Amino acid sequence: MTTPVKNPETRVKRPDEPLFKRLTRQQLFIPVAALALLVLFNLIADPSFFAVSVKENSLGNPVLSGNIISVLDNASELVILAIGMTLVTASSGGQDISVGATMAIAGSVILRLVCGGQVTADTMQMNLVLAVIIGIAVTALFGAFNGTLVAYFKIQPMVATLIMYTAGRSIAAWINNNQLPIINDLTFKYAGTFLPGIPVPTPIFITVLVILVFWLVLKFTTLGLYTQAVGINANSSRLNGLDPKLIKLLTYVILGVCVAVAGFIRVSRSGSINYSRIAENIEMDAILAVALGGNALSGGKFNIYGSILGAYVIQFLTTTLYKYEVPSTALPAYKAVVVILLVVLSAPVVREKLSSMKKAPAKAAKEVS
Amino acid sequence: MQEGAVLEMRGICKYFPGVRALQDVDFTLREGEIHALMGENGAGKSTLIKVLTGVYPKDGGGVHIKGVDSPAVIRSPQDAQNAGISTVYQEITLCPNLTVAENMYIGRTKGAGANWKMMNSGARKILESLGIPASPKQQLGSCSIAVQQMVAIARAVDMECKVLILDEPTSSLDEQEVQKLFVLMRDLRAKGVGIIFVTHFLEQVYEVCDRITVLRDGQLVGEYVIEDLPRVQLVSKMLGKELDDMADIKGESGGAPVSQDGAPVLAAKDLCSSADIKPFDFSIRKGEVNGFTGLLGSGRSECVRAIFGADRVTGGTVKMDGKSVKIKKPLDAMKQGVGYLPEDRKGDGIVGDLSVRENIILAYQVMKGFFRPVSRAQAEEFADEYIKLLEIKTASADTPIKSLSGGNQQKCILARWLLTDPKYLILDEPTRGIDIGTKIEIQKLVLRLAEQGKSVTFISSEIDEMLRTCSRLIVMRDRKVVGELNGEDLTQAKIMATIAGGDEK
Repeated sequence: MTTPVKNPETRVKRPDEPLFKRLTRQQLFIPVAALALLVLFNLIADPSFFAVSVKENSLGNPVLSGNIISVLDNASELVILAIGMTLVTASSGGQDISVGATMAIAGSVILRLVCGGQVTADTMQMNLVLAVIIGIAVTALFGAFNGTLVAYFKIQPMVATLIMYTAGRSIAAWINNNQLPIINDLTFKYAGTFLPGIPVPTPIFITVLVILVFWLVLKFTTLGLYTQAVGINANSSRLNGLDPKLIKLLTYVILGVCVAVAGFIRVSRSGSINYSRIAENIEMDAILAVALGGNALSGGKFNIYGSILGAYVIQFLTTTLYKYEVPSTALPAYKAVVVILLVVLSAPVVREKLSSMKKAPAKAAKEVS
Repeated sequence: MQEGAVLEMRGICKYFPGVRALQDVDFTLREGEIHALMGENGAGKSTLIKVLTGVYPKDGGGVHIKGVDSPAVIRSPQDAQNAGISTVYQEITLCPNLTVAENMYIGRTKGAGANWKMMNSGARKILESLGIPASPKQQLGSCSIAVQQMVAIARAVDMECKVLILDEPTSSLDEQEVQKLFVLMRDLRAKGVGIIFVTHFLEQVYEVCDRITVLRDGQLVGEYVIEDLPRVQLVSKMLGKELDDMADIKGESGGAPVSQDGAPVLAAKDLCSSADIKPFDFSIRKGEVNGFTGLLGSGRSECVRAIFGADRVTGGTVKMDGKSVKIKKPLDAMKQGVGYLPEDRKGDGIVGDLSVRENIILAYQVMKGFFRPVSRAQAEEFADEYIKLLEIKTASADTPIKSLSGGNQQKCILARWLLTDPKYLILDEPTRGIDIGTKIEIQKLVLRLAEQGKSVTFISSEIDEMLRTCSRLIVMRDRKVVGELNGEDLTQAKIMATIAGGDEK
C-alpha cells in the first residue's frame, strides 16, 4: 500500500489548475520554452537573425540563405539520430554512444562504393541508391551487433556500444584502406546540398521524410507501445506475449538505419570524409536531444517529437552562438551553461519542487474556507 | 496524555491535491500492546503511518510521545527514529547485497569508520535473543524473505524503539514463518514495546492483537478491544456496510456439476520446467474452477508458470481440447486461449508508467499483432467498458496504472485477460494485498466466469478463499503434487493435513 489515497468522489481534478501549471506539466514544455526563449533573444538582440534571402550558390542557382535555413539544414543529422536514440533509450534504458563512429562507417562505405575503390572519382561508379542501401545494411548490422550485446548478453548499453565507439572510426578508415576518397560528381552532393532548381537544402526534405516515416510507423504499428512496455517492465511484457530481447534488438537496428541516413547526408555535404572528425561528439548531442525532449534516459515512456524539438533547440543554440561570433573553441563552454540550465529545469525533482511551491498557498486557502 | 500510552495522535489531517487522505484521525497506542490498524485500501492506514514516521508532513493535529511534554516534531524518518518510532515496511527496504550485520547497523555508526567486530558480535547477540536463524556475516539477499523481514525487525528493536510499526509484514510469509514472527512480536510486547500492526489478514489480527483501530475513507471509525469486536462486525465496520455473507458466494453460482464429457480444456502430462519442479499431471474441464494449494515455495506458482510457458518448459506434453499443442513461450499459450495473472503484481503484472487503458489492451494488442494496432477510439471503448464492468476506481483511463491502489491495479490486469476472451484463465494470488471488498468481487467474478463456461485455476494463500471458489484442489509439497481433493474432502482440516503430509499412516 504505497499508492496515494484516491476516492472516486474526490478525484484529482486537473482543469481547475492554473494554465501555467498545466503547461509546465506537459512533457514538451521545456524544449518549447527553450525554443521560444532562443527566438525571443534573437528577436530582441537582432531581428535580422530571422532574415531569409535568396542568394546564388557556387553553381549559380538561386537558393535560400539565412540563419533559420541554416538551423533547419544543419540539424538534419542530429534530428534523425535523436529519433533512433529515443527508441533505443526507451527500450533498453541506455544510450548508444557509437552513433558518431558508425556514421563514419556508413559514410566510408558509401564513398568507397560510389568511388569504386579509387581515391578520387569524377563520376559515380555505382548507382547511388544501391550504395546508400548497402550503407544502411552495414550500419543496421552494426546496430544488430550492439543490440545483441545489450539484449541477449545483458551488457549495459553504454559499455556495449563503447566497443563500436572505440573501433568504429578505425573500421571506417580500414574500409577505404586508410585513403580519403573524394567524389567530384555533383549529383552525389545533391543530398547534402541542393537539388537543381530547388532553393531549399535537401537535408531538410530528407529529415521531413524520416520524421514522416516514423510518424507512420508509430501510427500503423505497435512499435511505440511495445518499446515502452519493454522499457518499463520487461518481465510483465514477456508474460503478455512480447519478446523483450527481440524488441530491444529491433530498436538498435532501427537506430543503425538512422545512422546510415545521417552518415549519408554528412558525406554528401562535402563529397569527402575525415574519419576522425566526421560527426565528432554527435552522440552526446543526440543523447542530449532525447533528454531535452523530456524523455527519461532510464527508459520507458517516450515522446519522439520531444527529441526532435530537442535536436532543433541544440542546433538553434549553436547557430545563435556562431552568429554572435563566439569562437568555435569556446562554443562548448557556452553550450554547456545553457544545457545545464535546461537539464536541471527539466529534471523531475526540480519540476516537482516548482509545482509544489506553487501548490502551497492554494492549499492553505482551501483549509481556511 | 492517557495513562500508559506511549503514543497519541490527535486530530491528524492530511490533504493531497483534491483528496482528503486523513481527516481528524485520533490514534492511541499503549505500552506493551499489539494494536491492529485496519481499513480497506485507501482508508488511510499507510498515510497515517507515513505521517507518523515523517515521510509526509501533516496538515493538522498533533503527535505526543511518552516522556516528551511538548508535541513531538517529526519531519523526517530520522526524527521518527530518534523519537523511538521504528518502521518495518511491507517491501524489504534493506540492502540485499550487504551482510545481515551491516544491514542492522547501517546509518547508525558514528563517523566514517566501522567496527566490524563490534557490529558482528552485537548483531549476533540480538539475532540470538530474538531467535532469528541468520548469521551476522551472511549476505542478506541469501536469506529467505521471512528472515529478511525479521532482520528488519531486529534492526528496529535494536534501536530501542518504543513504538514499532509493522506494515503488512506477513504478506510474503508462509504459515510457519508467520508463527515465528508472532512469537517475536509477543516477546517484544512483553518487553513493553507498543506495536502497530497493519495487515489484510483477519485471522492474524485475531490471533495476535489486543486492540483494533478501524479507519474508513480517511476517517476514524473507532477503537475497539479485540474481544468486543467479532470478525463480522470488524468487516462491516471496514466496509461501512453489512457484508453479504462471504460464505454464500459459492451458493450463488448454484455449484453446477462440471461436465465430465469430452476432452479436458487443458491436459498436461509429466510437465516440468526450468524452475525445478517435479513432473506433474494436470487437467481442467470446461466451466471448472480448480486450484493449487500448498505452502509458499511448494511450487504452486511454478506449476502454473509451466502451463503458461512463463518458465522454460523442459518436458511433458500438453493437450488442449484433445489436440496436442506446443507451449514454449507465453505467446503460444495466449494463442491457445490461456490467460495468466501473475503472482507478483508489481514485478510481472502491471506496466507501471503506462496508462490504465494501455495496460488493459496490452495482451489483446499483442495477440492481434505488430502491424494491427488497436485504434485509439477502440482502446478507449475497451478501457471504459472494463472500468465500468469491474468497477475500477481510477481518475481516468489515462491515469498511469502505478498510481492506482493495489486492488484496482489487479482489476486492470484481470480486465487485460478478460479482453482476450480466454478459454482458460490462470489467476495466481489475485487477492493478495488487496482489500476485502475487492477480494470478494474477484472471487465472485471467478465463479461467474466458470458459469459462462470458462475454466479457471485459482491460487490463493488463504484457504478460505480456495474453499469458496474451487471445486477441486491440487495440493503441493516440496515442489511436488502430493494430492488432489474434491467433493467432501474439501475441508480446511483435510487440506491442512494433506499439506502437512505424513498422515497417510
